[in-house]
Amino acid sequence: MVLDSKTPQGPLAEKWNKYKFDLKLVNPSNKRKFTVIVVGTGLAGASAAASLAELGYNVKAFCYQDSPRRAHSIAAQGGINAAKNYQNDGDSVYRLFYDTIKGGDYRSRESNVHRLAEESVNIIDQCVAQGVPFAREYGGLLDNRSFGGAQVSRTFYARGQTGQQLLLGAYSALNRQINLDKVEMYNRHEMLDLVMVDGKAQGIVTRDLISGEIESFAGHAVLLCTGGYGNVFYLSTNAMGCNATAIWRAHKKGAFFANPCYTQIHPTCIPVTGDYQSKLTLMSESLRNDGRVWVPKTKELAEQVRKGQVKPGDIKEDDRDYFLERKYPSFGNLVPRDVASRNAKEACDDGKGVGTTGKAVYLDFADAIHRLGKDAVQAKYGNLFDMYYQITDENPYEMPMRIYPAVHYTMGGLWVDYNLMTTVPGLYALGECNFSDHGANRLGASALMQGLADGYFVIPYTLGDYLAGIGPKPVDTSHPAFAQTKKDITDRINKFLAMKGTKTLDEYHRDLGLIMWEYCGMARNEAGLLKAKGLIQALKVDFWKNAIVLGENEEMNMSLEKAGRVADFIELGELMVDDALNRKESCGGHFREESQTEEGEAKRDDENFAYVAAWKFKGENTPSELHKEDLIFENVKLTQRSYK
Amino acid sequence: MSGNMNLTLKVWRQKNAADKGQFVTYKAADISPEMSFLEMLDVVNERLVKGTQDPIHFDHDCREGICGACSLYINGRPHGPKQAITTCQLHMRSFHDGEIITIEPWRATAFPVIKDLAVDRSAFERIQQAGGFISVNTGGVPDANEIPISKVISDEAFNSATCISCGACVAACKNASASLFVSAKISQLALLPQGQPERYRRAQAMVAQMDKEGFGNCTNTGACEIECPKEISLTNINRMRRDFYNAKFFKEEEIN
Repeated sequence: MVLDSKTPQGPLAEKWNKYKFDLKLVNPSNKRKFTVIVVGTGLAGASAAASLAELGYNVKAFCYQDSPRRAHSIAAQGGINAAKNYQNDGDSVYRLFYDTIKGGDYRSRESNVHRLAEESVNIIDQCVAQGVPFAREYGGLLDNRSFGGAQVSRTFYARGQTGQQLLLGAYSALNRQINLDKVEMYNRHEMLDLVMVDGKAQGIVTRDLISGEIESFAGHAVLLCTGGYGNVFYLSTNAMGCNATAIWRAHKKGAFFANPCYTQIHPTCIPVTGDYQSKLTLMSESLRNDGRVWVPKTKELAEQVRKGQVKPGDIKEDDRDYFLERKYPSFGNLVPRDVASRNAKEACDDGKGVGTTGKAVYLDFADAIHRLGKDAVQAKYGNLFDMYYQITDENPYEMPMRIYPAVHYTMGGLWVDYNLMTTVPGLYALGECNFSDHGANRLGASALMQGLADGYFVIPYTLGDYLAGIGPKPVDTSHPAFAQTKKDITDRINKFLAMKGTKTLDEYHRDLGLIMWEYCGMARNEAGLLKAKGLIQALKVDFWKNAIVLGENEEMNMSLEKAGRVADFIELGELMVDDALNRKESCGGHFREESQTEEGEAKRDDENFAYVAAWKFKGENTPSELHKEDLIFENVKLTQRSYK
Repeated sequence: MSGNMNLTLKVWRQKNAADKGQFVTYKAADISPEMSFLEMLDVVNERLVKGTQDPIHFDHDCREGICGACSLYINGRPHGPKQAITTCQLHMRSFHDGEIITIEPWRATAFPVIKDLAVDRSAFERIQQAGGFISVNTGGVPDANEIPISKVISDEAFNSATCISCGACVAACKNASASLFVSAKISQLALLPQGQPERYRRAQAMVAQMDKEGFGNCTNTGACEIECPKEISLTNINRMRRDFYNAKFFKEEEIN
């Protein structure tokens, strides 16, 4: 199969506008004859569901949480980028496009990224109209701050709770459509499979998480807006319920999975304290605006700090290594996430880490408090400081924070064309669950932008083109494919419920996470990846033999929910390792130790790897098939990324 | 490990909505003070599962105090003994060795128990659906900076908007009133210029739905404000009442 990205012809800045005109439209009176299924209600899902319902389509929306507003977009802290140039500091659509392409280490599609930058400005307008209380200046206009990987201030924010406020905006738009009966909302429903009719996506099978009922729903198109798969690593900044089941099931039904190895390890998270740890908490990247990252200059001093013999505040300036400022003078503490993470790991591997485990570096606000005053620092970051204090019992106004990298975001996801359609006709992927816009590394404050651009401003146009093509012929669940898929899912559930082994699902999940973190985490090499592949395969065999699943289907059953998710994580983990093995270059968040510059920076191989790796599922325990979409750069020159 | 605690948990177990439910006592041995409260429950659950006993069900998701999924009435207080945090942010260092901890679900007619500690909060959804929005479609809106908003007003709207819909206010209230939650949403939009056109319709619609769901009335005891993990202020309730009564007794064009 040749992957056709459907990238429009013509000059970069005109592609999207011209394309929108060329797309087929659905007549207003015909729109109500179509049903669209939206799975997931984070920024991408809620904005898509609301916008499509406003246009007149009938929408059925699904989320596993008890409310659409609890989707994990809610936890995004720092902000959302937009090329408004309100600060008069030289920003433009082209600069946002350029920064994003460069930040992604030249592994994303030019056309998609430019469209994202174009739509960024509309998102801010839309959110303000909905009543999102962004931070403002005393003059009444919107405030901005700067973020990693950019030299302009283009990030709009709502204290440290930007994701929450944006999601509440999209949720309110969704509620309005529920009230108007244009959206049927199904809370506490988990999608367990995709239903295919005549080669097209035409519905889903879900489990009601309260009653256990297995239901099927039909629609003319299915939109997956189900977020990332970072929980493959067990410990991540994702919510506990975030899972890959919807996209993994879709992958098994024919949707190609692109760049699964591209995972983002976020530099500023609160370090792990023990085996019981259930998740990791992010401290927003915005903190790097004012916080300075450092470790003690020598191993000996670090050792004393770890033993509690020396307090960080007592270490003299000369005995500190502000390693990001030293190595990257022009970007300093605001280098992109992948660079900051790797450098923190390096410092700790070098024996200079702090905290009782030695797996932490300092993020210090003493200078900022001295320069701006405690009140100003509190106004900017108060809630983050409080969050840190709650978890660690240490006061960051008095002591530097201890931070360490953690899995945060997955750039990989289902392969989509310019329309956001996967390789399965009628199946779309929006937001973090697709691979499209961030290449090998996502810049801060760009996830919110992408989720909302996809939902508010891309899918309302591109979906119409597909629906106009297939026509408003009614769809329902009477086709035998629905009954068959329901049966497959029921059989799978019964198989799980019959598993009466000795090892808990959390133990399997934790084991998988340790394998992934060790061999497919911040740094990867061939020997390690090969070892990981063997370990994951063995874990999978053991899982189906020895896992314990309790209870029955017809009740709220967290054990059964977990079983399905962990089984899928294990399979996806193996594909991530395959992809990391295949990509012998380093790029962005994917650091292959075999491919680095003399200074230890990631070294790309544009000659051999300037492509999207899209994997096709070929059957259980059968190697996946690699398809390549070549990345063509007509506007930017590929250079070795430098933040020095 | 040294410093670890041995605790006794009295946990509300209820198989489903129809079951009567009862307290069951569990030993939670060797609990680190660094654990979060929910991690402590994870550890207890792992031990239950190993003994093939049904784990204790509770709602939770982000575990960083923002999604509003977690609940739990701990030793008679929503979200436990500390102020301004959610249960997922509560750490075991707030308890001491040998302590007996009582864990219950939110108790309110409008929040029926689903299983154990998980309750049905869909009443909150229906209240928001009744009017918690500004009626604008996607696209065709003015440039964001064409609507200047005083920083003071914007900050105050933000304070109201930080409500996470967890339901602690209802659980804390002797009347099981949802006034703090509903008024926070009404206030956010009533404070902002964008929210003015629907201000009075919104207040009426949301209050009507709140009453329909079976929440009690507000009698100004203020327990909700004390227990709210996001410190939503009682002032919001005053704003809600003002808008509600204005809408009740005057025609919209007569207000102001």
